[in-house]
Amino acid sequence: MLIETKQLTKKFGGLVAVNEVDFTIEKGKINAIIGPNGAGKSTFFNLLSGSHLPTSGQVIYKGKDVTKLSPNKMAELGVARTFQTTHLFEESTVLDNVIVGHRLRTKSNLWDAVLRTPRFKREERKCREKAMEVLDFVELTHVMDQQAGSITQEEKKRVAFALALATDPEVVFLDEPTAGINPGETEGLAELMEKMVQRNITVCLIEHKMKMIMKLADKIMVLNYGEKIAEGTSDEIMNNPAVIEAYLGGDASA
Amino acid sequence: MDILTQQLFNGLTIGSVYSLVALGLTLVYGILHIPNFAHGALYMLGAYVTLTMMLLWGIHYWIAMAVSVLVVGLLGVLMDRLVFHPLRHAPPIHDKIAAIGMLLFLEAFAQLIWGADYRTMETPYGQVIDIFGMTATTQRVLINIGAIAVMILLYLFLKKTYTGSTIIAMAQNREGAQLVGINTNRVAMLTFMISGGLAAIAASLSAPINLVFPGMGHLVILKAFVIIILGGMGSVPGAILGGYILGFTESLGATYISNDYKDIIAFLLLVVILSIKPKGLFSREGF
Amino acid sequence: MVSLLKNKGWVIGFIIAAILFPFVLSNDYFLHVLTLAFIWMIAVYGLNLLAGYTGYLSLAHAGFFAIGAYSLGLLSVNTDINFWLALLLACLITSAIGAVVGLVALRTREHFFAIYTLCVGYIIYLVIDKWDSLTGGVRGLIGIESPSAIGPLTFETPLSQYYLVLFFLLFTVLIMYRIVHSLTGRTFIAIRNSEDLAQTIGISTMKNKLLVFVLSTFFASLAGALYASFIRFIGPDIGYITIIFDLLTYLIVGGIGTLAGPIVGTFLIVAVSQSLQFLQDYRMLIFGPLLTLLVIFYPRGIVGAYHDWRMKMAARKRNRPQKEQRYFEAETDESEKKIKEG
Repeated sequence: MLIETKQLTKKFGGLVAVNEVDFTIEKGKINAIIGPNGAGKSTFFNLLSGSHLPTSGQVIYKGKDVTKLSPNKMAELGVARTFQTTHLFEESTVLDNVIVGHRLRTKSNLWDAVLRTPRFKREERKCREKAMEVLDFVELTHVMDQQAGSITQEEKKRVAFALALATDPEVVFLDEPTAGINPGETEGLAELMEKMVQRNITVCLIEHKMKMIMKLADKIMVLNYGEKIAEGTSDEIMNNPAVIEAYLGGDASA
Repeated sequence: MDILTQQLFNGLTIGSVYSLVALGLTLVYGILHIPNFAHGALYMLGAYVTLTMMLLWGIHYWIAMAVSVLVVGLLGVLMDRLVFHPLRHAPPIHDKIAAIGMLLFLEAFAQLIWGADYRTMETPYGQVIDIFGMTATTQRVLINIGAIAVMILLYLFLKKTYTGSTIIAMAQNREGAQLVGINTNRVAMLTFMISGGLAAIAASLSAPINLVFPGMGHLVILKAFVIIILGGMGSVPGAILGGYILGFTESLGATYISNDYKDIIAFLLLVVILSIKPKGLFSREGF
Repeated sequence: MVSLLKNKGWVIGFIIAAILFPFVLSNDYFLHVLTLAFIWMIAVYGLNLLAGYTGYLSLAHAGFFAIGAYSLGLLSVNTDINFWLALLLACLITSAIGAVVGLVALRTREHFFAIYTLCVGYIIYLVIDKWDSLTGGVRGLIGIESPSAIGPLTFETPLSQYYLVLFFLLFTVLIMYRIVHSLTGRTFIAIRNSEDLAQTIGISTMKNKLLVFVLSTFFASLAGALYASFIRFIGPDIGYITIIFDLLTYLIVGGIGTLAGPIVGTFLIVAVSQSLQFLQDYRMLIFGPLLTLLVIFYPRGIVGAYHDWRMKMAARKRNRPQKEQRYFEAETDESEKKIKEG
């Protein structure tokens, strides 16, 4: 087990977005969080990656309490994430967009940049190589030198993956990675996730596309109204009465 | 004691003007999330239009003011359609720069038409009267009465009429307002109209006790920003309350601390507030 | 990040033109105007690093320009210290004040940051204007020394001052170039793109924003100090908000977030203003709407527009068939329905 949450709770004013959730993320597996809209999935994600501070509860990463760490500290520890919307710098090339992803593993500062020290040159090269490597991994080498604004939506998603991978993560959180792209492309991204796991990178994702998740995920947690209602393999989830209840809600046409 | 009541009355007068300007600013911010840096230019033009009407055609003060409200209100609408509307999806830095561009243009325009001189506005209300042992000109009393009357009317409009309630609805939730069939473009234009009108009223009321010149909007607009941060950006009661708080603080500060530095009070207040609460006093964090 | 300046020809062309200019047109008036333009360019570069590359629109930079100018002016008028030491001190004093302001200001974002810095700028102006005993108030500071000689090099003539300021401008451009084309610069751009994303790739946003803020105040103060030593008389109006609006106009016209933008924009507007002398106070009749129109139609100014055009040409050359792809949001619902049915 790589990450564990204990009684994790987040309240906004009087509203409970995430309520006492215990969850574990298994190392080297694809973990998924599903649930109806407004179930608190994104909030839970933000708590895990340090973007939000929980109201109560704990996040344990590799046996260490990381509940109060900021996102950049989490990234240094090897926790990377993507967002639902891709924020690329559209006027710049794909490669340029990804190079900064390895910044956190470098030490060169302003003086190195101004004086062009050997360390600066070494680290610039290192970041560039890393960017090429991850772009190769996500199979985007062919669009590397194009403007990020000119590539397809699916390619943009891959760039976002590449950026996360450039941080040398142990675990990657993916927030609805396949939202807004067609079925064929979804397949491709699913394969990419499996490839990440083969490289010993743990994956945890939020997803809407149930069919894909049932096929892909090794372990699934279902959230509803901020509470965990089920956790297990896809077979267990599919046959869980609470899950069926939450999704069908008594109204079969929903 | 005498000085104190006199200063409190002064504070009330200044506060009335600040509140009106801040109201226009906060309405626009509430609806469109634009900090309209050009609002000060609308204020300045409001004074000039009234002044010109009175000098050129000898129109009565109140009618001149009504014309000014209309002219500046329409100018506000024009600003929305020509500049802010096309920029509604642009990064936030853009509409600020565009607003600054308009501010610069309108000031240069005023200088071209009316010259850079300081002008005075004579009204029929120059006589000194005596209320509760204080001396004040009728104009100062009119500023207070006028401003409060306008605020009450605005409040009734926003709360009691359908059109007014669409403004409130849109300030609370733009997408929601669109879903229930509110024409958001029309509401935005209406808001700019009201905002410009309020600036014109504020300027026309206060011009007789101040001076009219192209840069007259600078300090007022800056202070209006301080007020809406003080009172919560987009909040109507906050703008009124904030305006009066600043008015009183300034007039008392000028008497008891330093007249030279009275203009700094507002900015120091803002710097202190934002240092402690980076999102303003009444930010709705989370939700 | 590919920019005009990456194209070495432009840089060398600019340097040669700037160096040769006095030989071609030896006219003290033009030299004066150009020297002044170079000083503004340095300040605009400072603003560009912050507003253009990091996305924080500071309206306090006229204030920092003024602090730089007054620091040098006061050190020059009231003490006997060497000019160059005074210049360095002026920049350090301003940067220190910038660090304190930045520490607080950078906790705010977007509108709040702009309003906050606008107020800070106004406070600086008012303090300079009212603090009579220190700054001379509205009377200003007179008798600031011009740059002292370094060995055989003296800076008494307009020509030598022109080259001195040019040297500082080139120094600024070099530093900007190196910052922008480095991991440090990429970090700033990542923050402009999305602060949330920048944080999740391990960037400490506050630390980097503070660094940019201090750097940009440093260049504003360098410009201010050079201004003071060049004009040799300063008044509170150099800290007034109209100055920041001027700087902003130069930046937007040239191209915010581009390396050549500050030079192109400043030069163009100064040149146009010179040929439209009769306009003087009314130049904003043209530049105001220009600013607004540019932001609507060419948000990255002349340099940005040129750059986009070049990219388009390059793309056309590559002859990559434009994929017309439609994305089916509806797919999500369908797959979910299938699960429910199955």
